[in-house]
Amino acid sequence: MELFTNQVLAGIATGAIYACMALAVVMIYQAIDHLNFAQGEMAMFSTFVAWQMMQWGIPYWGAFALTLIFSFVGGIVIERALFKPLAKAPVLTHVAGFIALFAIINSVAGLTWDFTIKQFPSPFGSSPFLGSQLISTHQAGMIGVTIILLVLLFIFFRYTRVGLAMRAAASMPESARLVGINTSWMIALGWGMAAAIGSIAGMLIAPVVFLEPNMMGGVLIYGFAAAVVGGLTSPLGAVIGGFLVGVFENLVGTYIPGVGNELKLPIALALIITVLVVKPNGLFGRAIVKRV
Amino acid sequence: MNCRNFLRTAALSSAAFAFLAFSTSANAQKKYDTGASDTEIKIGNIIPYSGPASAYGIIGKMEEAYFKMINDQGGINGRKITFVSYDDAYSPAKAVEQTRKLVESDEVLFVFGPLGTPSNTAIMKYLNAKKIPQLFVATGATKFGEYKTAPWTMGWQPAYQSEGRIFAQYAITEKPNGKIAVFYQNDDLGKDMLKGLKDGLGEKASMIVAEDSYEVSEPTIDSHIVKMKASGADIFVSISTPKFAAQAIKKVAEIGWKPMFFQSNVGSSVGAVMRPAGIDNAQGVLSLAYAKDAIDPQWKDDEGMKKYLDFLAKYAPFANPAESSAAYGYGQAQTVVQVLKQAGDDLTRANIMKQAASLKDFAPDTLLPGVKINTSATDFYPIEQLRMMRFTGEKWDVFGPPIDSKLGG
Repeated sequence: MELFTNQVLAGIATGAIYACMALAVVMIYQAIDHLNFAQGEMAMFSTFVAWQMMQWGIPYWGAFALTLIFSFVGGIVIERALFKPLAKAPVLTHVAGFIALFAIINSVAGLTWDFTIKQFPSPFGSSPFLGSQLISTHQAGMIGVTIILLVLLFIFFRYTRVGLAMRAAASMPESARLVGINTSWMIALGWGMAAAIGSIAGMLIAPVVFLEPNMMGGVLIYGFAAAVVGGLTSPLGAVIGGFLVGVFENLVGTYIPGVGNELKLPIALALIITVLVVKPNGLFGRAIVKRV
Repeated sequence: MNCRNFLRTAALSSAAFAFLAFSTSANAQKKYDTGASDTEIKIGNIIPYSGPASAYGIIGKMEEAYFKMINDQGGINGRKITFVSYDDAYSPAKAVEQTRKLVESDEVLFVFGPLGTPSNTAIMKYLNAKKIPQLFVATGATKFGEYKTAPWTMGWQPAYQSEGRIFAQYAITEKPNGKIAVFYQNDDLGKDMLKGLKDGLGEKASMIVAEDSYEVSEPTIDSHIVKMKASGADIFVSISTPKFAAQAIKKVAEIGWKPMFFQSNVGSSVGAVMRPAGIDNAQGVLSLAYAKDAIDPQWKDDEGMKKYLDFLAKYAPFANPAESSAAYGYGQAQTVVQVLKQAGDDLTRANIMKQAASLKDFAPDTLLPGVKINTSATDFYPIEQLRMMRFTGEKWDVFGPPIDSKLGG
């Protein structure tokens, strides 16, 4: 029983990592209707920028704020420079673009900061949380930040003009243009926001997995799984999906013999496929109806 | 006049005779295979400069810098080294392609320091069939040192199995009734060392109460550590690479578990593992070492280390001294230079292999005091000594004598 509780708690802690990343995935999906494979690398790069600023002596929160701005602007620049020209291109071209971006960012980060792992500070410390040694204050903080982000996103998409315009631009670009929304800039804004959320995810994840150019590889796959499980259109779903994937992964790894070690990553992929087959919109996503 | 003429002729002819005799004897000594000449020794190398293991690319860059230094100092026996190093991206298929290119198009004398178990496995058969030395491979997998089946292949660093065996001996002596949990990377590194550990435990293999492996693609390994703690073990063996080693050290401390902690050598760098994991968390961790850590203050006045740091400043300013891979490349290059010095003017592939297999008490600058390289016709494992060490304060404290673990003949 103790093992069970411990694994669930550890799963929730890991789930928070996936949830953070899944939020960024959902954000970009809302804006461009695609999954961005370079999302993890962008987040990693932002985290390195934050680390570099701290090395230069900027205090944590200063570096945090500057990194958010840098990532937001960076996201918009990437969209304007790389993906706007591809706007009319087929999906496959976009996928190729994402993969190119992935490789470029990864190599540039490696070249600039090399591949040794770096310690990234946590604003929450890492002492035991509420006497439990299984969840540290950092992990609790991470869960807290994820939930705050979630609420902010919810308010943004539901109650602000820009948020509504963005949703409109993604789901019905033509109608949106007719009512005077600049859809092209909405997409750029979506990139900027996704990059900024990704940078928060990166800065929260780095204290746990350590900062290095490949730190997001595995995380992004689980983030995708979380987003798909929860529903690619629902930020709430993505967060719940993240926790579910984290806990599910740990329990399967612990209690189903043979699966535990070799098959942990395939579990995430199996989850993606199962959800897509059984409930394509995820647990919380809305059904997409297309007029033919 | 006549007499003078006679003398002159005699002097000249004897001089000519002496010259002839000298040059023929020199000719007799000079022997070359493809890739070697009076002015040049061509060495081939493959290393992952890109891809998932690109962190090791630094080894290739260090070797190149080392050979540059040797060339600046006049080369080896008057010959300059040409170092041709290609990127294999840690992909066995590419490794084969690049090795063929090295052999067939660049015509190198031998292949030196190819990195990684998968790549070396892929090129081993080809090089052995062509009788081209595959010298000092950069991996500790035990299969690269079997002189009977692969007489043209030689390792360099201690075999992973040796490490497992030595730690098993330590565990039996220190905690005969201990319960061991083994956490290992699911590849040759993990499996080899686990085998060494079990072999070393022998009849006491039942001391192992839990075994758990991880994949390098896993974002965090927290769940494994929680599971290991629940097994009730009081000895924790972590056979892991830097990132996961740091995660394990941190997590074990965070969940308040205090086992006898053994960390495999590949994940024991102060700069790349212990500091990121948290100096407080790393106190008391045990490991084995054969090389000095460049940023460890205890080697501040060490002769070898001074030479190494001077070299870094002059020839490799791009390298981070905290990276143990940098020292690794330096040590490997130094060893191959020793082999070439020994080979003298007989630069045939057979002689290169023969000299590599006759290193006696050779100690590169970066190895720990007491650890020496010895090879023979029946021992293709150059470094076989390791020393136990314990992490105390901000550095590793080496204790006990160098321990031998002979795998070779």
